[in-house]
Parts: sequence; structure tokens; C-alpha cells
Amino acid sequence: MKSLAELQAIRDRAKAQLDLRKENPNAARVLVGMATCGIAAGARPVLNAFTEEIAKRSLTDSVTVTQTGCIGICQYEPVVEIEIPGQEKVTYVKVAPEMVPRIVNDHIVHHNVVTEYTIGALK
Amino acid sequence: MYRSNVLVCGGTGCTSSHSLLIAEKLKEELAARGLEKEVNVITTGCFGLCALGPIMVVYPEGSFYSMVKVEDVPEIVEEHLLKGRIVTRLLYQETVEEDTIKSLNHTTFYEKQHRVALRNCGVIDPEKIDDYIANDGYAALGKVLTEMSREEVIQTMLDSGLRGRGGAGFPTGLKWKFAAANDADQKYVCCNADEGDPGAFMDRSVLEGDPHVVLEAMAIAGYAIGASKGYIYVRAEYPIAVKRLQIAIDQAHEYGLLGEDIFGTGFNFDIALRLGAGAFVCGEETALMTSIEGKRGEPRPRPPFPAVKGLYQKPTTLNNVETYANIPQIILKGADWFASMGTEKSKGTKVFALGGKINNTGLVEVPMGTTLRTIVEEIGGGIPNGKKFKAAQTGGPSGGCIPAEHLDVPIDYDNLIAIGSMMGSGGLIVMDEDNCMVDIAKFFLEFTVDESCGKCTPCRIGTKRLLEMLDKITTGQGTLEMLDEMEELCNYIKANSLCGLGQTAPNPVLSTLRYFKDEYIAHVVDHKCPAGVCKDLLKYVIDKNVCFGCGLCAKRCPVNAITVTDYTAPGKKKPAYEIDSEKCIKCGACFEACKFKAIYKG
Repeated sequence: MKSLAELQAIRDRAKAQLDLRKENPNAARVLVGMATCGIAAGARPVLNAFTEEIAKRSLTDSVTVTQTGCIGICQYEPVVEIEIPGQEKVTYVKVAPEMVPRIVNDHIVHHNVVTEYTIGALK
Repeated sequence: MYRSNVLVCGGTGCTSSHSLLIAEKLKEELAARGLEKEVNVITTGCFGLCALGPIMVVYPEGSFYSMVKVEDVPEIVEEHLLKGRIVTRLLYQETVEEDTIKSLNHTTFYEKQHRVALRNCGVIDPEKIDDYIANDGYAALGKVLTEMSREEVIQTMLDSGLRGRGGAGFPTGLKWKFAAANDADQKYVCCNADEGDPGAFMDRSVLEGDPHVVLEAMAIAGYAIGASKGYIYVRAEYPIAVKRLQIAIDQAHEYGLLGEDIFGTGFNFDIALRLGAGAFVCGEETALMTSIEGKRGEPRPRPPFPAVKGLYQKPTTLNNVETYANIPQIILKGADWFASMGTEKSKGTKVFALGGKINNTGLVEVPMGTTLRTIVEEIGGGIPNGKKFKAAQTGGPSGGCIPAEHLDVPIDYDNLIAIGSMMGSGGLIVMDEDNCMVDIAKFFLEFTVDESCGKCTPCRIGTKRLLEMLDKITTGQGTLEMLDEMEELCNYIKANSLCGLGQTAPNPVLSTLRYFKDEYIAHVVDHKCPAGVCKDLLKYVIDKNVCFGCGLCAKRCPVNAITVTDYTAPGKKKPAYEIDSEKCIKCGACFEACKFKAIYKG
């Protein structure tokens, strides 16, 4: 190790993974429905896409991505709920991995709900 | 990027209940379901709640699974990791509330704790240096080498008020200052990882759960005193700690965090392991250094102190594992931060190994000044089976017993000494009404008699004579004069022994004599053991009017000492039994077996 910058680089690289192991009650939460219905509809690639996107944008210390069970609207799976502290919960339906970067960018980073992906737009 | 992290405790406690098999099975099950790239399995250090092991925590949910069995793994993988449904049945039940699941940090065991020395234990993978670095690891060493002078480092340690966690409580900054002041061509930094007190295991947990913190702190100490070489003296009977330390040293070398020209500052520092054979006396600083030199581990008189003539006759600073574990945090967060915790003369936190008659056996870290009551009743979850608290033993064979009347004393170095005990390394053994205090004193003395190295007479012969007297008392041959004689001998041993082992060996006897003299008197005068422990003073008796004549006790008796009589109590259908005290070996099997509480200790 020849400099502090080198140490910092290793720290930055390893930190995202470690953030996932801490409890952060103030973090925004991304809940991906991963019951049988969700998995069948393709929830796993969606869950992984969220994980990758959050890490890519270095948001791991302020956003947690977690699984949840079936919330009862199986025909709309994969269902993703986003809870940002102090804001109303938003439910996205029929989510595909391609939609994930936009949800993260618009909703989580800039707090603009992507209305056309939400359950309200579908109905 | 993994979406889920499963932490499996790989501390000694959980390992002994097969946590490593659980981690293997997890990996197997995840691979079978194609989840191995999504879910990360990490073997960590000790979580502290050893009573509930094997422990598994799943993040990001923070689900705390306790007493996990290998058979439970497929269900956890299938339900939780694949489908996102937490297996509530297997959770630590205190975290389960009607509809929600409480965070681990809000359980009574963790809520009152403040983790400084143990901050990485149960969080990072101790075999991955990147994990340690991610949690600000080696940043303190970087700061010290690039921004601080040696004097500033020592001043920070002095200002923080950190005192040695090995037991004696000598200010760490002062130790470093003395060693720094002595010029020599070679100086050494040593780490005392020869944790020997029965019941203490915090050093082991730090070494197993966060080995890099010790390496980083030793390098900081090396810079402060001007040493380029360090030794960790660790007992060979801590195989997991030894293995992880060696891995950590190798990784630090690979990254250039040990070795030559660290951070390009020209500072060189290297660390080697030395394994101890497990002699208690080698935890004493001069004996420890003699042992590192390859000689028989015996203490030598001080002065000269190690800061003047230590290892290989060179100036040396020697600190305990837990002391080191605090140091990088002090450097990063400042002396004021550390000094803001604790009491006036004892700063920071202290780790206690809770054991004995307590519900939550394990490792707890609390700010200095926390009362014994908080530790025992709240964090420790109280005493099992509704029994009454009698005393807490701190400091192992060097410490003493604290009776119930002192439960509210804020625990720090000075208060413990004032009430006749000592901090020691932080073993805390809780005793209830079923413990005989004379027997406890005897237990610790047997230990010191075994472990006395024999170099000085007061310790070698004095402790032996003391044990003989205790033996007589517990077998009903004691006299009142013997109690005075014992006290006199205790004070003599304390005053005249060569090293800390002998100087503190009589403490268990002195403190029990001080607080529980009535129990000694009961043994000596009435020939009775009030707690019913000392077998020679004990008699099991069947109350014939309570006995239903079921005969279960007679069946359980291994020596056929119980026979049926011809007496049938009024209202009973079968004749009562009785115990032949000549044949009875006082094993207590009948006492445990009787469903009607007809057997009592007389």
C-alpha cells in the first residue's frame, strides 16, 4: 500500500456489499414480490436488476432492496413497491428489468413517480 | 452484486454447535436453486448471544435466526431466500411481535449495549481484508502515518483515558510514553492474547471476528513508540483465532499494510505469531515475554519494567487484545469521543463475558459505569428458573464475588477494587442461591494452585496451604480460628508474591470471607452447607409423610441406598421409602427424580 488513495479505492469497492449488512431504518425500501406468482412472472431478474442499479449508483447506504411475499395481485406480477420515508408508498406492476434504471433514476433519486408503470395507470 | 447476505456465526461457540456445517449446507442449497450468484454466505465472528447459537442473520431484512439446525437450512433457502417469506418459526422469538419483526438492535440483549471493541464482530467476514477496509479499516493507520507525529499519537491515547483491558487498568498512553522515551536500536510491540481466566472469552471473539483491528492497532503502537517488530502471543487452544490471525497477517502483507514502507512513509512494521501452551501465568507480562523468547514461562521481578527492558531486553510495550480493539476508533473519532463514554476515571466501554446462572450467556459490551443490575437483569435476561441472585464473580481467579447489596454500583476499575473485586479481563459469572460461596472460593483456588508456576514460595506453598484449609472447611473439619488464619495467610500471599498471579490469587477467598462469612461459619460451626453443595456436609432425607411410595427414587439410586419402609402415612396408599445415609453417595438423582418434593437436603 503506497498511498491513502489506494486504501480509499479498496474501501469504496467493498463498501457497497457491506452496506447491505447493516440496518438502516431511514433508508428507502424497494420491495420485490417474490412469491410463487412473482417468480413465475419473472421477479428474480427484476430483483437483481434493482440490486445492480442501486450499487452502480452508489446508493447502497440509503436504499435497501428486499424481497417480500405475495401481496395478492398475482395477475400484475412482478410487483414492486417503493417506500421512501415521508412519502406515500408507490406500487409498480408488471415490472421488467428494462424498466428498472428509469424507476431508480426518476423515482428513487429524483422523487418523480413513473406514473405509467404504476398500478393506477394499468387500471 | 449480491442481493442478499447471509451471515453465519463462525465464533467458537457456534462452531461447536456445527455452524460451519450450516454454512456448507446453505451454499449447497443455494447452488441447487441457482441462487449462488445472488445470495452471499459469510462466516463472521461472534454475535455475542452465544446462548442462542448457532446464529444466522439474513440481510437486508435483518432476520435473526437462532438455534438453527442443518435440517432447517432447506426451508430457510426455499422460503426466505427464494420466495422472500421469513421463516418466523425459526426466528429469535424476542424479535417477533404480532405482525412485525423487531430489529435485532432493539432486543433487550443488544439495546443497552454499545459496541466499540466488538463493532465488526458479526458484521464482517474476518477472513476478508476488504470487509475490514470497507468499515474504515486501516484508515486510522493511514491517518497516523501521514498526518500525526509520534507525540500526537501518544497524546491522543493519554487524552482518551484508555486503560488496559487485560485487568490491571494501567493507562495505555502512559505505557506508550514510557516505551517511546527509551532509546534503543530495536523496540517491540506485543499483544497479550493469552486469555486464561476461566469464563472469559472476549479476546478470543475479537481475534476470531475482527483480527485486522489488532494488527492495525499494533502497527499504530509501533509507530508511536518507534518499534518495527510485533509479536502476538496467543494460546494454541484457540485454533480458529490462530488461523484467522495468520490469514489476516498474510493479507495485510499482500496489501502492503504490514511490511516495509507502509503508505510510502518509510515506516516498517511486521508482526509474527507466537503460540502459548496454555499456562495461566503466561498472561503475566514478564512471563509472557520470557515465553516468547523460547524460555520457560516464568515471571521476573519488576523493575525493570518492560518499557525499559522487555522482550530480548529491549524496550517493549505490551497491550491486551481488547485494548488494541479500541485504538483505531480512538484515532479516527478522537480522544474526546472516547472520553465522553464511561466514568470519570474509566473511559470507554468494557466487554464482559456473561456466564453461569444467567439466561443470555454471551458477550456484552457496555459503557463503563453501567451497573451490575443492568447487565444481569436486563441484558443478561435474569437468572433461570426464578432463582435468586446471590453474587457475581468478576475477574476470574484474580477477582472476587460481588454480593446482591452491590448490584447498583456502577462498574469501573476503581469501584470494583473498592468492593473487593477487580475488573480482570471481564469474565462475569453469575451465581444463584444454589451456589456455595466456600465451594466457589475453593474452585478458583484449585485453579491457581494448579497454575502457580512455582517460582516464588508465597504463591507456590501459600495457595496450597490455603486450599487445604478450604478443603477442611468443606468437609466439616474446619474451625473458627482457621478462618482468621486463612485471612492472615491471604494477606501474606498478596503482599509477598512475585507476580500478579500470586498477588491476586487470594482475592476469591478474601471477598467471600468479607461478604459471605455466615456461610463459612455455617460450614465450620453447624457443619452445614446452606446451598447444599458440599457433599460431605449434605444429607438427603425423605419426608415420610409426603412420600407417596411410588419408588421412582429407589429405581434411580445408583447404589441401592433407598429401600421401602413399613410406615404408611395417613391418607397415603403405599408405604414410604427411606435413604440409608451410610450407603448414599449424595449424587442427587433421587432429589431430581421425586415428583412430590418429598426429598429434601438436610
